[in-house]
Order: sequence, then structure tokens, then C-alpha cells
Amino acid sequence: MSEEHGQRREIRSAVAYQKLMGRYYAGAKSAGKDGRKVAWITSGGPVELLHCFDVIPVYPENHGAMCGATRMSVPLCEVAEERGFSRDLCSYARGDIGSAITKGGPIGGLPRPDMLICCTNICGTVLKWYEELSRLFGCPLFILDTPFVRGTSSEHAIAYVEEQMREYVAFLETHTGKRFDEALFEEVAAKSIRSISLWREILACSEHRPAPMNCFDAFIHMAPVVTLRGTDEINVYYEQLLAEMRERVQAGISAVPEERHRLLWDNIPIWYEMSALSGLLASLGACLVADTYTSAWTFEQVDVADPMRTFALAYTEIFLNVNLERMVDKAVALAERYSAGGMIMHSNRSCKPYSLGQYDNAKAFTRRTGLPVLILEADHTDSRQYGRAQAEERIRAFVETLV
Amino acid sequence: MYVAGVDIGSLTAKAVVLGEDRRAVLSRALVYTRWDAAAAGWAALGEALADLGAARSDLARVVSTGYGRRKLDGSDANFTEIVCHARGARFLEPATRTVVDVGGQDSKAMALGPDGKVADFVMNEKCAAGTGRFLEVMAHALGVDLAEFGALAVGVADPARISSTCTVFAESEVVSHVASGRPRAEIVAGIHEAIAARVASLARRVGVRDAVMMTGGVALNVGVVGALERMLGHSIAVHPDAQFAGAIGAALLS
Repeated sequence: MSEEHGQRREIRSAVAYQKLMGRYYAGAKSAGKDGRKVAWITSGGPVELLHCFDVIPVYPENHGAMCGATRMSVPLCEVAEERGFSRDLCSYARGDIGSAITKGGPIGGLPRPDMLICCTNICGTVLKWYEELSRLFGCPLFILDTPFVRGTSSEHAIAYVEEQMREYVAFLETHTGKRFDEALFEEVAAKSIRSISLWREILACSEHRPAPMNCFDAFIHMAPVVTLRGTDEINVYYEQLLAEMRERVQAGISAVPEERHRLLWDNIPIWYEMSALSGLLASLGACLVADTYTSAWTFEQVDVADPMRTFALAYTEIFLNVNLERMVDKAVALAERYSAGGMIMHSNRSCKPYSLGQYDNAKAFTRRTGLPVLILEADHTDSRQYGRAQAEERIRAFVETLV
Repeated sequence: MYVAGVDIGSLTAKAVVLGEDRRAVLSRALVYTRWDAAAAGWAALGEALADLGAARSDLARVVSTGYGRRKLDGSDANFTEIVCHARGARFLEPATRTVVDVGGQDSKAMALGPDGKVADFVMNEKCAAGTGRFLEVMAHALGVDLAEFGALAVGVADPARISSTCTVFAESEVVSHVASGRPRAEIVAGIHEAIAARVASLARRVGVRDAVMMTGGVALNVGVVGALERMLGHSIAVHPDAQFAGAIGAALLS
């Protein structure tokens, strides 16, 4: 048994990653001093326009992941719970509200926002969450409403979102005092397309057997594409990471020593359990080769010739805003591309749009691929919802039945 | 020489000894796990060996399963309960296609392929309702010995309604039934229905296919088995060695 030897191979570019994210957060924290504005934005929000107005985007969800990974979320959630927020509410929202009040967390809370940008494509919770933040900070809130997509987006839905993109521009003009520069927008859009396509290529490296990186790596290295897409720094960094992954593919270096099972992951990571789960799966020779989460930032619809409309389309059609059939299509496509032998679905108590329908999705996925699915109950940052012994037992049993 | 399987569960540790041909269970023993999983496992195995007048040196292989399986120093291998219960159930009833195992702290349903391999499995949610622990808590609340619990409800026409959502809330429901003077047998029957409802939904999730076999300690409770049969509309095979199915499976995998 090689259980003790199961370890993830560290990625060299992680050093550059730390520097990049460190600079980003330091820049955001000193924005006030530097005379720059800060916007808090939802993870699926159109960040490119903020870059056009030199506004620093900050992501409560990314911060939530940091709080989760450092196991600092629960006390922050409790602050919100004491104020009457229900434990059924997303733990990112509870933790963020707790951190906004106490300045708690690994980086002493996020810098105070000058404005809030809320895009409803990821869930309905963000609407009330950002309204609460707006009351708390007394700052302006822009809501970008994206209609749910069944099948394909209708023409009028895209027109509706595109119209709001223009209102978003007007909102930014008002609150920054700057004029919108269309040429700059096209430039940022081109960089964003580059960021996204680099990220897509990085993830695609794991189609190779053995996979040079696994989802635990992707969960970490996705932070730049979420927060900084459309900037030069991220593209330099991703070029370096891509080169390293290609080097690994060439040399046959695998993320997991002795890769025997290739699995998909569905849903947001269990942030506080990353290292335990990564070690456990590695010890079982199981590699998470692809997931529905990190690949959400690989959309292909954006066209630099018509950025306003194509961003409207791309942001409307993100993974959490489409019907179950399309979600299953994506999982099936990932299973084929990455030659996966099964899927682990995290039933995430916090994330309703991601978790609702998972049992049906699992059945449809198995019917179409013949591959087994394990559903694990947890929460992305509220570790009180997680039973390690139970979860690990299920994973071990699942991997045993794959043999 | 012999081979042995040891199943160290949250409540009890079970050991079985088979001949090296792995064709029949020659002896079996069960002890309470308490706080030391390894000691319990070895104690159960020691008893089973003593029954045969054999010693540890007579064992060619020892394989462990159950929550405490990795604590059993000196075992040759270990497997999860899923594969062991599936294997054990097929040994006890070769036609088995669905296994329902209700143990001390979790319950599971497995669908087996025609070849006996596990095709799919589900386990209980992060909740004790639908597990042996649920029965234990209820037996304690009613002052009944767990071993007599099943027989108490036989023939009850009007079971009390007990919520199947949560052990803690269900216990307070039981207390209020007691306070309202409801006959004990009706409350016990209601408890069986509640646990069966939880387990039935697990079984339906993997798809119920004959023969259905129930394993684990709760299989010995005729009240739960009867309620589950009614809910699933399938008869359920229970073997006197049901509680040892995991240990038997482990021994077969040795």
C-alpha cells in the first residue's frame, strides 16, 4: 500500500502565482492611498469594463475561498449568523458579511468598496447579498440581470443583457468621472480572450495520460483568470504555467504518482479540505483530471469585433445559468475529452444552483457514459457541514468499485 | 490453515474464520468496539479462533473492513464495507442483486451486476436517521433492550407517526407519544417505519432488483425488515449470519 506516499507534485510556477496574487491584493488594499477605486464584483461578473475604467476588481468569492482554505470561514459565518442570517444561506455570503463587519480573515478583510457590481448569472443569493453590502458600506450597487438559459439564449435575452452592459458603462462613467474609451475596451477584451484561451489550454494539458496537473492545482491556479483576466500580468503568468505543463506532458510527469483512475469533479471545491482530499485521492491513485468549475472560465463566445454583445452572450450562458441538460452535456463532453472513468459530485449545501438537480444530472451522466458517480455532501467553506470520516469512506469505496 | 475476515464497526467488531478453500464459515464472534478498534478486532478474532481450538499462527490471511479496519495492525489487507458487504451477501445468497446494509452509524444500498460486482452504491446523508444509532437512541428512550425491539412491534395495526428526518427530533416525538399514553408497541412500530422509509429511499436510488438481501445488525430486527419489505414491495432475504456479511466478504477477499 502506498498510502503514505500519496502526494501532489508541486508546481514550480506556484512561486510566480503567489507573487502575482500578493501584488494584486496589496494593490487593492492600497487603492485608496493610490487614488484608485475598488469595486466588489461577483465571480461571474463582467470584469473587463472595470479594467477599462482603472477600477480594481475585488471578489468576495475568491476571498471566501481564501478564508475557507485557511479554515477561517466558520467564525466569520458565525458573526453573520449572530446578526440573524440563516445557516441555510451560502457560506460565502455569510463569511463575507462577517468579514466586512469584523475585518477578519487571512488578509484582514477586503478593501472597502467604492462600488458594487452584482451579476445574477451565478445565483439569486448575490442579489440580496450585494444589497446587504450596499447598505453596510453605503456605496452604489449595479445589478446586471441575466435571464436563465434553456437550450440557447433568445435574441431578446441577449439584447436585454447588452442593454444593461451599456447601463453598466454609464454607471462606471458616473462613479469614476471618466469617459468610456471604446478602443481601450477592445484592447482589454482581446487580452481577456487571451487569458481565457491560455487557461483553456492549461486545463487541456490534463487530457494527456498521465495528467500533468489535477483539479486541486486548477482550483488554486484559477484565481488569476477569475480576478485578473484582461490584464497583461495574468497572461505572462499563464504563459509560464502553460509552458511548465507542456514540459511535464513531454517528460511524462504526472500530478498524482501512479495515476490509475481518472475522475471528474463537479461543483466548487471543499476549500478547507483541499489538502486532505488531494492526499487521499493521490494515495488511491486517483487523479481529478477535469471539473465543471474551473472550466467555467473558458467561454468561447467573445469576439473582439463586437465585445459588448458577445460578452453579454458569454456572461449569460455561463455554466450555472443554463438548464440541466446543458450541464450534463458539458460533463459528458469532459468525460470523453479527458478519458475519465467516473465523476465525484460535491453536493454543496451553500451553492443551490450548482447542487440542485445533481441527482438527475448524475443519473443522466451515467446513462449516457456508463460511468459511475459518487455524490459527496459538504459545503464549500462551512466545515461544520462536513463529516471527514464519512466522506473519506465513500471515496475509498467508490475508488475500490472502479477496479 | 484458515483465513479470517474482521469487520470493525462503530458499535461492534465481528470476526469470521473460514477454511482456506473459503467455502464455509467455520466460526464467528462479535464483541463491542468501545474505544479501541484494534483491540476489539483482535478480541473478536481471538474468540472465533478459540471456538475452533486454533491460534493466530493458523491463519494464512487476515483481511479487515469497517470503520476501524485500518487500525488493525497486522492485517494483510483492508477493503471498504461496500465491496465486503456485497461479496458477503452474494456468499450468503448467490442470487443477490440488491444489498441493503444498515449498520451502527451508516446505511447503504448497493446494486450488484449479474457477476456480483458493485455497479452502484449510495450511503446515507450526513444524518443518523436511518441507521442503527437511530434504533439505539429510540430503544433507550423507551427503556427497551435493543435485541427485543423488533419483536415488540409484530402485529401492530396502527403504528405511531414518527418523523424520519432527524434522530434528535424523532426522539422528542417519541417522548411526546409516551407522554400522551400511546402503547409502546405502536411507538416501536412507528420507529421501524421511520427507519425503513429512510432506507427504502436509498434502495430506490440504486434501483431495487431481486433478490434483495439485508445485511448488518439491523437485519436481525424483524420489525424494520417487515416495514422495508412493505415499502419496497419486494421480499427481503435475511441470513442468520447477516451481521457477519462484511467480515465474510473480507475473508473471501483475503
